[in-house]
Amino acid sequence: MTDKIKIAKYWAASCGGCDVSLLDLEEKVLDLAKIADFVYWPVAMDFKWDDLVALPDGSVDIGLFNGSVRTSEQAEGARVLRAKCKVLCAFGSCACFGGIPGLANLSTREEILDTAYEKTSTTENPENVRPEPQSIQDGHTLTLPVFADTVQSLGQVVTVDCFLPGCPPPEERLLELVGAATAYAESGQVPPAGTVFASDKALCDTCPRNETRQAGRIEKVSRPHEIVADQSQCFLDQGIVCMGLATRGGCEATCINANMPCRGCFGPTPDMLDPGAEALSAIGSIAGAANENDVAATEMKKQIRAIRDPAGTFYRFTLAEAFLNRAVIDKPAKESP
Amino acid sequence: MTRNITISPITRLEGHGKIDIFLDDDGNVADAYLQVVELRGFEKFCEGRPVEELCRITPKICGVCPGAHHMASAKACDALYNVTIPPAARKLRELYLNAHIAHSHLLHFFALGAPDFIPGAAAPKAERNVLGLIDRVGIDIGREVLKNRGYAQKIQGIIAGHPIHPVAALPGGMAKPLDEAERAEIEAMARSLVDFAQTAVDLFEKDVLSVPQNAELIGGDTYYHETHYAGLVDDQGRVNFYDGRVRVVAPDGSETALFEPAEYESHIAERVVPWSYLKLPYLKKVGWQGMVDGAESGVYRVNSLARLNVAKGMATPRAQEAYERLFDHFGATTRADAKPVHHTLAFHWARLIECLYAAEETLSLARDPEITSPDVRTLPTDKPTSGVGVVEAPRGTLYHHYTTDARGMVESVNLIVATVQNNAGMNMSVKKAAQSLIKEGNLSDELLNRVEMAFRAYDPCLACATHSLPGGMPLDVVLHRRDEIVGRFSRGRNR
Repeated sequence: MTDKIKIAKYWAASCGGCDVSLLDLEEKVLDLAKIADFVYWPVAMDFKWDDLVALPDGSVDIGLFNGSVRTSEQAEGARVLRAKCKVLCAFGSCACFGGIPGLANLSTREEILDTAYEKTSTTENPENVRPEPQSIQDGHTLTLPVFADTVQSLGQVVTVDCFLPGCPPPEERLLELVGAATAYAESGQVPPAGTVFASDKALCDTCPRNETRQAGRIEKVSRPHEIVADQSQCFLDQGIVCMGLATRGGCEATCINANMPCRGCFGPTPDMLDPGAEALSAIGSIAGAANENDVAATEMKKQIRAIRDPAGTFYRFTLAEAFLNRAVIDKPAKESP
Repeated sequence: MTRNITISPITRLEGHGKIDIFLDDDGNVADAYLQVVELRGFEKFCEGRPVEELCRITPKICGVCPGAHHMASAKACDALYNVTIPPAARKLRELYLNAHIAHSHLLHFFALGAPDFIPGAAAPKAERNVLGLIDRVGIDIGREVLKNRGYAQKIQGIIAGHPIHPVAALPGGMAKPLDEAERAEIEAMARSLVDFAQTAVDLFEKDVLSVPQNAELIGGDTYYHETHYAGLVDDQGRVNFYDGRVRVVAPDGSETALFEPAEYESHIAERVVPWSYLKLPYLKKVGWQGMVDGAESGVYRVNSLARLNVAKGMATPRAQEAYERLFDHFGATTRADAKPVHHTLAFHWARLIECLYAAEETLSLARDPEITSPDVRTLPTDKPTSGVGVVEAPRGTLYHHYTTDARGMVESVNLIVATVQNNAGMNMSVKKAAQSLIKEGNLSDELLNRVEMAFRAYDPCLACATHSLPGGMPLDVVLHRRDEIVGRFSRGRNR
């Protein structure tokens, strides 16, 4: 019988959906328990941070990190997990690319605080109070961690060995991760550096609406609530911006199957340096009138301009880190996007 | 001389926070604070987005109650475009939200709340968890919990595209109608949910209340606060999660307010404090007197017991019976002043009654012939302006308020989430429990757990509360004496 491997799971800036996705595996999560001991999993287990810090470097087999990194405490968590673990996996879109919390990088720290504690309509704050790192209440000193300036992905803080994208990661991909952990437990086989538990191809390639795709031109850009989308036809053909053409497959197309377009939570395909620029350029190339000769430049611009929030549309999950990881940045670009 | 206790992290809750307890020279509790230590800034970074995308962005506030944010967001968008959604779309959303509440309530009670009663607050720490619970009530109940919570998740997935982060609701309705095969699958799962929710209510009445120590804890003074309560009620005054008016009652049960969601700014204001990232909402017309009990204090509570307290009853038969038994237990049949019930630990009981109601509603909607209608969209034609969407999230009333430009691009967002509204109540509960339990500096794990029970009853979701930082999970208790930290209790979580 093989000795059990050791797994540590750390939670950073996250909504908790990644942990619920593990819970939703139900009895299948027990396969993991058969081959692994969790030495650190704060949501579920009773081990302390100091216990993890006390372990020798490299003594934990697999580290799972979910959430993006905003505070010094979370950055330290990333560094400790990196040091203790042989294989470090970014778990979920926030750890992989910064995720939705990365949209906060569109604003400054002060703007965020001003909105939360001053501008919101029900806030009553005549003395302009803000949460303080240290404050005194009735003679008692209370402390709060400092709210940092920037949201980062895990890969921007430490080297990451493998990536499990998804907001949250779907069951099928979670089970691949469990499979990889099992292979490691049985034979010591480590997934190649930079492994992404997802397809190498774009979602478009495996989209259930692929067969109906015309790949023609978008004559008019529509927002999802402005038309009743046909449930079998490609969203782009219907004029609805869909990130499937610049996003890795592997999500099981759950949004498409609910008749809503992709918003890119699986991040860019391997040959893309920047998913947002890629999607913008791809959509730009098909926007305009049906006959290319009729395309006045102004009409094309008008259609692109109809996409009123390029940052929030094309970088919904990847703003904190337009590149998948450091390894990709180091590689020479195959072709400029 | 004062001593400080920090409970850090607080375990068995969703979110990130800490409890600071300050001891006086005699070792008794001078003061206690529940602090929330993170902020994410959703209200700011939702600005500039197309408003319909908020239905998909705001659920990322919380992976435990994304469904409630999805619904509140869609309703705010409907209001903003002044659009009435087709009946089938409304029923789909109601079915979805009821399944969402059933999932959340089952998870909280069995995994987080119940171990304090079975095996009990006095049980050793190692047994005071879901495994210790299953050891007492049997593995079959454990299996049923997993199965039925899974069903509630699957129902949400079928309707909204994903069991965790939903996508199907948008301004004007739902993106996808329900087909007959899906409906039949939901009906079968909902039947099981009703049976199990009834089992859970029975279990509470038989295996929790029947134990004298539990009845004492629940009915005693340590976990008792006379506050206002708020929650949505339907046109007959019954509990409703999806829609209605907000009813507020005073500590004596009299009606303080009954208002349309769009009028919320006249009734709720939020204070900012330097010691927490969480604001302190209060009833504007009653006024702020600090974190204190009483009719003069604007402190109000939300979540399960609050909803039962503001309502005249439940809209489904089994839940109505269970509702009557709860108020009977606290003497409502003999004493007019027995409603509202002010016993904080009864939030757990009320949660199971609501779970039964949610399951009955889910089943009833799954059997509604209109639920499979293909007509689930009304295309907005009006110019967008401003809209308020209010639903009952598992943890209490949830307000989303958006304003946009004429093209529907977001200019401002105000979010008042359930857990934030219980901020004052949780602080009061923690302080009172600490004061009555910690004497002369005597501390034990059991006593600290009893302090934690004071906030656990609120099922606080600090991931939600920190929509304004990223939610780490649990929380710390730090014990302070003078300016010295003399104890730090970390029971799980990052550090």
